[in-house]
Amino acid sequence: MAEVSCRKLVKNYDGGVQAVKGIDLEIADQEFVVLVGPSGCGKTTTLRMIAGLEEISDGEIWIGGDVVNDVPPRDRDIAMVFQNYALYPHMSVFDNMAFGLKLRKFPREEIKRRVDEAARILDIHPLLERKPKALSGGQRQRVAMGRAIVRNPKVFLFDEPLSNLDAKLRVQMRTEIKKVHQTVRTTTVYVTHDQVEAMTLADRVVVMNQGIIEQIGTPQELYHSPATRFVAGFIGSPAMNFLNCRVEDNGAGPSVRVNNQIVLPIPPSRAHRYSAYKGKEMVLGIRPEHMFDYRDAERPGYARIDAPVDVVEPMGMETLVHFFIDGTPVCARCDPATPAAPGEVLPLTADMNNMHLMEASTGQVV
Amino acid sequence: MSATTAGDVRPHRAPRGGLHAQRRWALWGSYAALTVFVIVFLVPPFYTIMTSLKTSAEISAQKGTPWIVHHPWLGNFWYLITYHNFQLYYLNSAIVTVLVVVISMVISVLAAFSLARMGFWGSKTLATGVFLTYLVPASLLFIPLFQIVGWIGLINSVWCLVLIYPTLAVPFCTWIMIGYFSSVPRELDEAALIDGAGYLQMLWRIFIPVAMPGIIAATIFAFTVSWGNFIYPLAYLYTSNQMVLTVGIISDLIRGDVFEWGRIMAANVLASLPPILIYAFLMDYYIAGLTAGATKG
Repeated sequence: MAEVSCRKLVKNYDGGVQAVKGIDLEIADQEFVVLVGPSGCGKTTTLRMIAGLEEISDGEIWIGGDVVNDVPPRDRDIAMVFQNYALYPHMSVFDNMAFGLKLRKFPREEIKRRVDEAARILDIHPLLERKPKALSGGQRQRVAMGRAIVRNPKVFLFDEPLSNLDAKLRVQMRTEIKKVHQTVRTTTVYVTHDQVEAMTLADRVVVMNQGIIEQIGTPQELYHSPATRFVAGFIGSPAMNFLNCRVEDNGAGPSVRVNNQIVLPIPPSRAHRYSAYKGKEMVLGIRPEHMFDYRDAERPGYARIDAPVDVVEPMGMETLVHFFIDGTPVCARCDPATPAAPGEVLPLTADMNNMHLMEASTGQVV
Repeated sequence: MSATTAGDVRPHRAPRGGLHAQRRWALWGSYAALTVFVIVFLVPPFYTIMTSLKTSAEISAQKGTPWIVHHPWLGNFWYLITYHNFQLYYLNSAIVTVLVVVISMVISVLAAFSLARMGFWGSKTLATGVFLTYLVPASLLFIPLFQIVGWIGLINSVWCLVLIYPTLAVPFCTWIMIGYFSSVPRELDEAALIDGAGYLQMLWRIFIPVAMPGIIAATIFAFTVSWGNFIYPLAYLYTSNQMVLTVGIISDLIRGDVFEWGRIMAANVLASLPPILIYAFLMDYYIAGLTAGATKG
């Protein structure tokens, strides 16, 4: 087991494309870190550089206290689980899992012991004699994880391992991966574009965008205190609502003016922090879960918004209500029994205690 | 959907010009084409076998149909099996072919792996170049190659074929193997690299087993080039002890203007046996889809 460290890591491709732009990342021993971001943000490139499958253009990668820039993948003592499983099709499940150990000349008894142990952890003992083509997608991904576990490496690398599974299996395998990590406690770097996966699995999440790290933090930190508009919009589903606004103080306390009709009070706890932005063009961020059916009008920080309902999406445990404010789409999470109907005006409450305020020009949360 | 009562059920009839009719026409077309194919390709071997079982008298008889054997006779085969020169041609062909197949496949597999997977500078251009060399007709090459073989001192030596045939087989075999190796998912090499394999181990333990259909196709091609080539042995070999089957049969069994048709045909049948056996044996393994299960399909 080992810590992993990326220092000023850069990846340039031919044609002048810079996929990773000098990122710094420290991963502690036994930590489960998830790199998350949209397609092309550089997360997979970063993982592949850690694996040694991509050359590093600049910067350093440290694994277990050693610089591994010029160390080939097989000598980095890492194991990787691929999105497409990458099982050896002509080998049985046992041989797939034993392949790395055989190459490293482990004694036969030790190989059998390790494969049996991994098969027990992953519950794939009955499949050991089968070929990959006789396995379902979930089973194949388990075998791919087994191949990583038997090696007992310093670091596990996962490259979107659940992307090819159906929604139900994905949730199940997510739990399995978490369970495996709780059992073997190997330092893990996991890449996904699915923020739910990132939030549920990670000790810390690294949000990447356009080759840079937007924010590193625990799932709770990212959710409650996003550093940028990008992170605020990326984490959470449905995504956070963003409304252009101006901070003002009309004597009754500071507020944000969205338009002539909508003026929302800034809670006293934030008043001081936001006072420096008075008169400036800002962006108000508020999550759908912080906009709900009108209630508790007198509660501090609660403000009323009348929503001209556009679309209603009943989800069972909640109902999503979509409407527009000055052409900007807004979503609210309402009670399943909400009387919302398209074309009608629904009174909603915005919980301003959970608001976020960002600079319009930089996207930085203030 | 509305409920259907028993009284509504009518015989199902394919709409005119619909899928069924199209399928029927496609099947008729297929059968017609296959019938022509079978006649064109199977009648000559059939006639060869019939003739090989006839005596010279029956072959030259003017009466009756030449397509049927009236008095089957194995004398032609017995003559050839016990004829020393024929045994020698057979042995020469076998030695040349085995060596050519081994040499060609070793070179092709190594070349194709490096061109398809190692991604060095100029590998794509080189791969195209390899294929272009295959497009040069053998009939253009045999004269300059005659000079080269002459310089080496291998004219009228069966070893010159072991040297020359791979130049014909390697480009195409390499091209076939490049295609197969390229179709192997890239994650497999990466998984193998991380598992601790070097390039040779990766080739031997992952690529060769996975690309076995391609290797078999290339092997069959190399075998065919070597076993059936006529122009090179005709040009380079002139004594019986160095000849291979293709030229040995015609030089030994056509004497002046006397064609020993029964023996020639019997020799053809015997010479065809190894390719038929090889094809029948390898075809069992020549199945596509060996990569099934490797990645998400």
